[in-house]
Amino acid sequence: MNQTFSRRRDRLLTYRAMREGNITSSRRTKCAACGEESPRLEWERKLQVCPKCGFHAPVGAYYRLSNILDPGSFQELEGNLSPADPLAFPGYSAKLAGLEEETGLKDAAVTALGRVDGHKAVFSVLDSRFLMGSMGTAVGEKIARAAEYAEKKKLPLVIFSASGGARMQEGIFSLMQMAKTAAAIQRFQSRGGLYLSCLTHPTTGGVTASFASLGDIMLAEPGALIGFAGPRVIEQTIKEKLPEGFQRAEYLLDHGFLDRIVPRSEWRSVLAQLLALHEKGGQP
Amino acid sequence: MSRYTPEEKVKLARRPDRPGTADFIGALFTDFFEQRGDRLCGEDGSILGGIARFHGRPVTVIGHRKGKNLEENLTCTFGMPSPEGYRKAQRLMRQAEKFGRPIITFVDTPGAYPGKEAEERGQGEAIAQCLALMSALEVPVISVVTGEGGSGGALALAVANRVLMLEHAVYSVLSPEGFASILWKDASRADEACGVMKLTAQDLRRGGIVQGVLREPEDGAHTNWAAVFRTVDAALTKELAALDKLKGPALARQRYEMFRAMGQGLPPAREEEP
Ligand SMILES: [Zn+2]
Repeated sequence: MNQTFSRRRDRLLTYRAMREGNITSSRRTKCAACGEESPRLEWERKLQVCPKCGFHAPVGAYYRLSNILDPGSFQELEGNLSPADPLAFPGYSAKLAGLEEETGLKDAAVTALGRVDGHKAVFSVLDSRFLMGSMGTAVGEKIARAAEYAEKKKLPLVIFSASGGARMQEGIFSLMQMAKTAAAIQRFQSRGGLYLSCLTHPTTGGVTASFASLGDIMLAEPGALIGFAGPRVIEQTIKEKLPEGFQRAEYLLDHGFLDRIVPRSEWRSVLAQLLALHEKGGQP
Repeated sequence: MSRYTPEEKVKLARRPDRPGTADFIGALFTDFFEQRGDRLCGEDGSILGGIARFHGRPVTVIGHRKGKNLEENLTCTFGMPSPEGYRKAQRLMRQAEKFGRPIITFVDTPGAYPGKEAEERGQGEAIAQCLALMSALEVPVISVVTGEGGSGGALALAVANRVLMLEHAVYSVLSPEGFASILWKDASRADEACGVMKLTAQDLRRGGIVQGVLREPEDGAHTNWAAVFRTVDAALTKELAALDKLKGPALARQRYEMFRAMGQGLPPAREEEP
């Protein structure tokens, strides 16, 4: 009985992961970073990392979860939470509907219960295909509920961020999600919760300036752009060119803002190690 | 209906002759002792803070400082804080909590400074820590948006039990110029952005983002500072008295629940607003 359920959930996750844009039907895929073409199968084997230059291409939320979670452990939470249009912003509702159609996502965040190497945790993953993974009220609500759920169930919280920052179309309500998510994370952590923050390309603006920077452990994918202000805005302000590698994960590691850079193929083992290290009494 | 359009309010809110944090501190508080430095690497003039008395009672007061002349503007980076400023604010707030002092903040900034060093020293982390810290403080926190409430750089000092706004102040996710250039790739459509952003005190009051709107003199705060000081003084006195009824954990809970509930949208406009 249980097995049937988990097999069905697995099929659902695989189906959703397959649906995501990163798995295209063409036989060769061109790298957005180096411009080289490689066979699609090679990209897939490398979990959508460029076989030529190692560029970690952005991937969808379900795809990422399917690569990290133990088979059969995926259980989506708050899957029906839908976005709002608090400013009645011209054209926004239609845009949201179109994106749902295109991506199969209700908004830019997916939350799930799952296991990594047997270790149970709550996972939230932002998906940059949905309005750059920007944080509107639905994303903020989802992150806050993930933290609250993790606290209630005494589980660790793992968040994969990928975001352009605030959701302009939701105006001030988007800004307030920074306070809401930071407060929820703070409360979760102050009551003993473990929060692993995993930053992926790109993580900027209001997401960097709220929950994404508050991890007990800070991790990032190689080459990920991570910052508050965007590089273009900074260049306009200081009227000079920024150095090579500015605001990249490696740069943040050098400046003391990350614990480690984790290549995509190593997420499972790193998360498993960290989750195990925080289990009560060190026992699995 | 207000006699000013949203774009006119943005211009009023940015007037350099509007009273700023230093002016409010000078007029409403006594015994001000400025505290400087983040104890990590620097001092940032764009955030002014310290201990003072409000009607005789010790409080911690913190606010954005834009500066009154070009020289001051430059040392204050036009009110755009760097991580040092936000970390100084955190230090002052922790100290306020330790000594049981209420915290009053004045918000007036175009946003956090988008500079190379600011990024290197963790602008995002500094703001995030401000938000997290403020959300859990067990002392009363009251914020007054006096001019421009720009983006996360403003919110970092405004996770309060009560957020009040002067009548013609504005508060938004980004400057109208930035908003227009991100959404329409055209910064010159800023005036149009002002209209759709719902950044006026009246809109934000209706949306539950701010809890009170403080009336300004007929032609704006810059025309009669004394009147503005009286209004703000009365509002702070009243709000502080109300918050004094709550114990520490209840203050943190009220603040948490207020921000937790934000995002329900704007109810339809009503007539009675100031
Ligand atoms: Zn490549």
